[in-house]
Amino acid sequence: MPYRVPTRMGDGSLVHLTPGEIEADVRAGVEAAVKRAKVPPLAEDEIEHLVDIYASPARFTGVDIGAEVVLSYDGSGAKTFASRLQDLQMYEQCFAADLVELCHNDYSFKAVKTITAYEAQSMRDAQLALTVPVQYGAMPNLGLYCRPDGPAPNWAELLPLGRFDEARAGQEEAIEFAVTDMVNVGVELAESGADGIDFDTAGAAGDGDFLATLRAAEALRARYPGFGIEIGMAGEFVLGMHGELEYDGVRLAGLWPREQLRLATKAGAHMFGPAVNVNTGKTAAWNVARACTVVKPCVDEATIPIHMNVGMGVGGVPMTTYNPVDAVSRASRACVDILRLDGL
Amino acid sequence: MFAMPIAHACASGLGGMRAAGDLVARMQMARGMRLVEAKAYVAERLGVDPSELSDPVLMNERRGELGLGRLTTFEISHPDEPTAIEAKANIAEVLGLEIPAVRLLDERRHHGASLG
Repeated sequence: MPYRVPTRMGDGSLVHLTPGEIEADVRAGVEAAVKRAKVPPLAEDEIEHLVDIYASPARFTGVDIGAEVVLSYDGSGAKTFASRLQDLQMYEQCFAADLVELCHNDYSFKAVKTITAYEAQSMRDAQLALTVPVQYGAMPNLGLYCRPDGPAPNWAELLPLGRFDEARAGQEEAIEFAVTDMVNVGVELAESGADGIDFDTAGAAGDGDFLATLRAAEALRARYPGFGIEIGMAGEFVLGMHGELEYDGVRLAGLWPREQLRLATKAGAHMFGPAVNVNTGKTAAWNVARACTVVKPCVDEATIPIHMNVGMGVGGVPMTTYNPVDAVSRASRACVDILRLDGL
Repeated sequence: MFAMPIAHACASGLGGMRAAGDLVARMQMARGMRLVEAKAYVAERLGVDPSELSDPVLMNERRGELGLGRLTTFEISHPDEPTAIEAKANIAEVLGLEIPAVRLLDERRHHGASLG
């Protein structure tokens, strides 16, 4: 009977594999990233390190003492336990968060704009009560600006009908609404004392979503030079729902993390969060190997901090609500060790 | 909820207010400093080595000395030390950084006087 190590699938389920099978999965994950994202493979010592992390039967693992990184928690002030303010205090006092995020459960700028004054008051209250930095977070969520939820023509309905020009025009109209909302909310929160703003899951609705985010970031940076602006991505590459949109002369459709980072930096972001989606049918070892390989060129080139998304369903953390600490700690350590990240 | 914040914090986190994670985070947010640069900057300002910024024993002492805010626990509290916005004012001074909430506090403290 060969020695088998308890490990996880991408959906969080427990499986038992031999160290050889884990190594094969790590190599396959690297190869999948090389083929898909056209990036260099990890070095041999990096692959061996990933195998060591995932072939261990230990319940928990961590980075070396002195190699710790900044942890930013999107969604930390979302009324999970008590009030939003109490939640933020709990993250500060009990979870050792380095920075926390006030947010609304709807988590979209279009929804938040109608209650911005109340959100600004909540930010002010939080700033008086907390010591750690408090940013405000929401999603650009371009899809909310098309019918029936918003005023713009629905490109998801028009595209299957072959009405491409109308679909593109609908997205261009929605982008203008989204930029206005994100800038207005950002200004209100900045004026209430927020330490920063988090454009979370940028690009979720495709290249138009990403363009709106970049333009909003650029406008806020011009007004607030010391404001924390974080752009966190929704997925590993930008979907070309429009296909012809550009920022700074660069076509947005199909961009991978390194190219996304260049534009986020150009727009004035102070932190960038690449996201690599988890394949639930593959092992956690395969997924983290693929994620590290996709993101490595981005971190190598960065001039601003990289806070990789390593949460439920991204960055090698299984797609499950009740994540096992063995899986989370392995992904956490693997991404920091291999990528030399600035934060998570 | 248990696994995500706590597992990450224990596996790779700088420790927030238990150590100096919030201070390094501020330099990343406000100045866009990468981790090595931000750690070096904060360490120099605190008079420690960058590798010591995650040490809760040492950093708890240093935070107390500089008035940067310390966690209260069941066993101990710090009623005579700065906390929250008070501590942030000290953090702004020590880091040489404008913290928006501290700037607003300064502006609004004198609001009544300027009206009168």
